Amino acid sequence: MRSYRSRRKWKNRIASLLALVCVLVALVPLVSILMEVVSRGAPAIDWAFLTERTKSSGAPDSGIGNAILGSLLLVMWASLIGLPFGILTGVYVSEYGDNWFGRTVRFFNDILANFPSVVIGLFAYSLIVTVIGFSLISGAFALAIIMIPIVANTTEDALRMVPNSLREASLALGVSRWRTVLKVIISNGRSGLVTGALLAIARVAGETAPLILTSFGNNFWETGLTEPVAALPLVIFRNAMSPYADLQEQAWGAALVLITMVLSLNVVVRLLTRKRMKLYKVVKKTWKERLSLSV
Amino acid sequence: MEGKIVTERLNAFFGEVHAVKNVNMSIPANAITAIIGPSGCGKSTLIRCLNRMHEVVRGARAAGKVYLDGEDIYDPETDPVEVRRKVGMVFQKPNPFPTMSIYDNVVAGQRLNGEKDWKKLDETVERSLKLAALWDEVKGQLDASGVSISGGQQQRLCIARALAVEPEVLLLDEPCSALDPIATAKIEDLLFDLKDKYTIAIVTHNMQQAARIADFTAFMYMGELIEFGETKKLFENPMEELTENYITGRFG
Repeated sequence: MRSYRSRRKWKNRIASLLALVCVLVALVPLVSILMEVVSRGAPAIDWAFLTERTKSSGAPDSGIGNAILGSLLLVMWASLIGLPFGILTGVYVSEYGDNWFGRTVRFFNDILANFPSVVIGLFAYSLIVTVIGFSLISGAFALAIIMIPIVANTTEDALRMVPNSLREASLALGVSRWRTVLKVIISNGRSGLVTGALLAIARVAGETAPLILTSFGNNFWETGLTEPVAALPLVIFRNAMSPYADLQEQAWGAALVLITMVLSLNVVVRLLTRKRMKLYKVVKKTWKERLSLSV
Repeated sequence: MEGKIVTERLNAFFGEVHAVKNVNMSIPANAITAIIGPSGCGKSTLIRCLNRMHEVVRGARAAGKVYLDGEDIYDPETDPVEVRRKVGMVFQKPNPFPTMSIYDNVVAGQRLNGEKDWKKLDETVERSLKLAALWDEVKGQLDASGVSISGGQQQRLCIARALAVEPEVLLLDEPCSALDPIATAKIEDLLFDLKDKYTIAIVTHNMQQAARIADFTAFMYMGELIEFGETKKLFENPMEELTENYITGRFG
C-alpha cells in the first residue's frame, strides 16, 4: 500500500516536471524571436525612421513613415469592408441560423478561416489588380476577405454566450425579433464583438503574402485608393531580401514597429476581455445568491 | 363560463414529443388561475402557448386554437409580437437585463419599441414599480444595475417590467420557485392585488400556493388537462381520482 502510494507520487512529480520542460521548450522560440527583434530593431529606430519615407540604399534620412501610414490605411479600409460583413454574418448565424443555410454558412466560414492567405491574395489579384492595377483597394479587399470569417466566428461565439433567458425576456415584452437582436443581444455581447474585431485587425496587420500580390508597395507617400501603397510587412519582406546592410537593418526596425503595434492591440483585447470576465462574475454572484435563496 | 383566454383542442410539440394534448380550457378574466401538476406534465408549455412563446424554442410547434377576447392568436394574420404585448409573461428565474439599470429594465419594453418621451417613461417607472410593490425599496437606487438587487426584488422587477407595457393578461411560470418564503409571500400578496385589473395565470409546483391565491385551478398530468374548476372544489372535492391522488401526495 505504502509503496503504491509513493510510486503514484513519483509518477505525479515526473509528469509535472515533463509538462514544465515542455512549456520552457515552447517558450524558447517566442523569447528568442522577441529578443532578436528588439536587439536588432531598436538601433534602427529614431524619429526620422518613423517619419521619413522609404528610400533606396545609402540615401540619408531613410524611414518607414509611409509604410506605417500605408498599413494603417490598408487596415482601415479592410475593416470598413470586412467588419460589417463579418459582424452581420455572425449575427445571422447565431440568431437566425438554425437551419440548413445557417449551417452551410458556418461550414464555409470555417473553411475560409483556414484558407492560405496567399490564395486569397491571388483571388484579389485576378479580380481587381488585373483591372485597375496594384492598389490600396485591392490590398484592403484581400485583407477584408481574411477578416470576415474571423469576425463572423468571434461574433457568433459572443452572441451565443448571451443567455437565452434575455432573448425570451425581450420577446415576452412584445419586442420584435430584430429589435431584440439589435438592442438586447448585441448590447449584451458588445465586448465580445469588439474583441473579435480587434483580433481580426491584429491578424491582418501582419499579413504579407496577399499584399505582395495586391498593394505591392511604394517608396512614396501614396494614399490614393487605386495606387500601389507601402505597408510594414512589405518593407520587412523586401528589405530583408536585399543585399544592403542598411536596408536589412531597416527591416528589423520595421519588424519591431509592427510587433509593437500588434502586441499593443492584443493587450487592449486582454484588458477588454478581463472587463467582460468581471461582468460575468457579477452575474455569477447573483446566480449564487439565487441558489442560496431557493429552499 | 366565458373566459378571457379560451383554448380549443390545443396541442403542443417539441419535435416528436407531444407535450400538451388536446387541452380545452377557459381562463376567466380578473381572476387568478393556477395550473398544477407533476414535473414534466406540460403545464409550463401550456402557458407558453398562451402568448406564443412556445414557438420561440427550437423545434417547438403548437396546433389548435387559443382565443384572446374571442380572437384566435394562432390565426396566420395575427402578429405574435402584438399578442405578447397584450399577454405578458414572467419566468421561473428572474431575468432582468444585466446591462441595464433598474429604471431601464422597467421601461425596457417601451424603450425597445421606440418610446422616447422621458416624462412618460418616468411615470411608467413609478406606476409599474408601485404596482409591483417594489417602489419603496428601490426608489433611491433606480440607477443601480438590474441584477444588483436581491432575487425576490429581481423577480418583482420582472413583474414591473411586464406590467409596464400595460398587458391585459399576466402569465407567470413558477415565479417563486427560486425565492425564499418571505419573497414568495410578497409576490403572492402582489398577485392578489393585481387580479382586479388583470387576468392572471400562474404555473406552480406548489399546491399550497395554488390553494392560497388561485380562484380557479387546473390539474395537468402527462400533457392532458385532467380537471379544471374552482380551487376550493378541486382541492376539497375533486371529481377525478388522479387529481385526488396528486393533491393528497400519493404521487408527483
